[in-house]
Amino acid sequence: MSALFDNLDLFAKGFWLTLQVCVLSAIGALVIGTIVAVLRISPIPPLRWLGTSYVTVFRNSPLTVVFFFAAFGLPALGSNAEFLDVPGLNLIFVRLDYDLPYFRFAVFALSLYTGAFVCEALRSGVNAVPPGQAEAARAIGLTFTQNIRHVVLPQAWRAAIVPLGSVIIAMIKNSAIAGFFGVVGDLSQVGYDLVVQQGVSVLPVFIGISAGFLVLTMPLGLLLDQFERRAVKAR
Amino acid sequence: MSNQTVLYDAPGPKARRLTLIVSIVAAALAVAGAYFAIYRPLKRNGHLTMELWGPLIDPGNENFDQLWARLAEGFRGTITAAVLAIVCSLLVGTALAVLRVQLRTVRTTPGVQVLISVLNWVTRICVEVFRGIPVVITIFFVWVGLGKVGAHDITIPLSKIGLDDLVIPTLLYTLVLGLTIYNGVVIGEILRSGMEGLPRGQREAADAIGLSTFQTIRLVLMPQAFRIMLPALISQLVVVLKDTSLGFIITYAEILRVARDTIQVLGNGIQTYVVIGAIYISMNYALSKLAEYTQRRMARARKAPRQPGGGAQPPAALAAEAQIPAGVPIKLDD
Repeated sequence: MSALFDNLDLFAKGFWLTLQVCVLSAIGALVIGTIVAVLRISPIPPLRWLGTSYVTVFRNSPLTVVFFFAAFGLPALGSNAEFLDVPGLNLIFVRLDYDLPYFRFAVFALSLYTGAFVCEALRSGVNAVPPGQAEAARAIGLTFTQNIRHVVLPQAWRAAIVPLGSVIIAMIKNSAIAGFFGVVGDLSQVGYDLVVQQGVSVLPVFIGISAGFLVLTMPLGLLLDQFERRAVKAR
Repeated sequence: MSNQTVLYDAPGPKARRLTLIVSIVAAALAVAGAYFAIYRPLKRNGHLTMELWGPLIDPGNENFDQLWARLAEGFRGTITAAVLAIVCSLLVGTALAVLRVQLRTVRTTPGVQVLISVLNWVTRICVEVFRGIPVVITIFFVWVGLGKVGAHDITIPLSKIGLDDLVIPTLLYTLVLGLTIYNGVVIGEILRSGMEGLPRGQREAADAIGLSTFQTIRLVLMPQAFRIMLPALISQLVVVLKDTSLGFIITYAEILRVARDTIQVLGNGIQTYVVIGAIYISMNYALSKLAEYTQRRMARARKAPRQPGGGAQPPAALAAEAQIPAGVPIKLDD
């Protein structure tokens, strides 16, 4: 078990990097998901088709394939995802400014993939708003945009919190794949390095890595359970 | 608000014109974007040549047959792992759900009761832990763990009964084991919440006619839970199918692993991944549609009460309470 405590600093660093991937991807996924969700409920058919095909493509392809596309496709398009190297943001998340693009690829792939699920979670929230609300808003003459902004979305958020939370938890777990796609120093790559390269015994490393992920996923899960129970009671 | 049109009026002449204009502009922008951001760079970097696409789409190409034979092999690997993982996960999940429901309901002497509540907590913690760890990590550590203890191919001697011996490769059962640990737990929770969401009367009636706890679960609760949770279970199949692609990481010869080898020879990375992505998307799309279809069918069955007095009410109440486990795509009717 000493291997667990000897490498505690490695686990802590890995945890920090995984957290960075997760925070950035969560922001990206929420932005993409909201845009796609608006596209999917918009009155203009081609925009709806665009949103629907986005969700169909990304919800049905394995994350591994999306990662491959980020790693092969972006360079083929002549980009190393430098557009993610946002000034200001790269002061906090220094990896964005790294010469190796894998961190940016990971954030890019995770955001794209999770965006589809965020869209579905938001849509389920919109579906939970009673039709009478939107009808009343229309009856008093609000336009589509006003209706969405002032009536539907504020109520949809509440119903979307639990599904959104599940999506974010799933995303945190999915971020483990990043370590197998070139990101150096996140939790899973640290685990790989310790076990495969340095031959440290398996169990302590497994405990360390798992603890890192459980610290992220479990509190969120418990929080969601709480929310859900309160929502059931309120009903 | 399943009917989306409630958000906006049926378009009048002005709105229709506006819609048309925006549609045309959007389409033009999409085409222009695709041309300048995707087509031009791909063309410039030489990714649209027949040299790279030929082996995948031109049957006359010298490599076509060989490449697709390899890909079919990888595809078989993916399907084998997925089917085995699904079967094992269902078995483990069912067992886990039965165990957890039984542990909660059984009432015995105080001494045994303590043991049972300890067991209850142990299973609960196991469920939370294995649900919270990424499935990649589980698969990876099962792989290195089995490697350390020197696991090797399992041979099932079927030659005695006149068949070929069945060899299960180490990597196959490693992947299946890793997938089963995670998905078994998730399916177990799906079934458990299905059983616990059933109306209390079901269990009371079973008690009243003198069924034991296990009989109650087997004959009364489990069949209903399976039926109610069928859409969630099918969605989980999509997750399992997608997760078999993680076998790539432990060098299991599934479609992505095989593709990596062919790409090293032919140098057509993007092209191959486009084809593989399309295969995955169509398979999973079909499965998701199946899940939606079952959900709709069940919703229909729910609306038609089979007996007076609203005998079909409970499932509707349950559908709202049924917890969506993390990682399961949320299914919506369009």
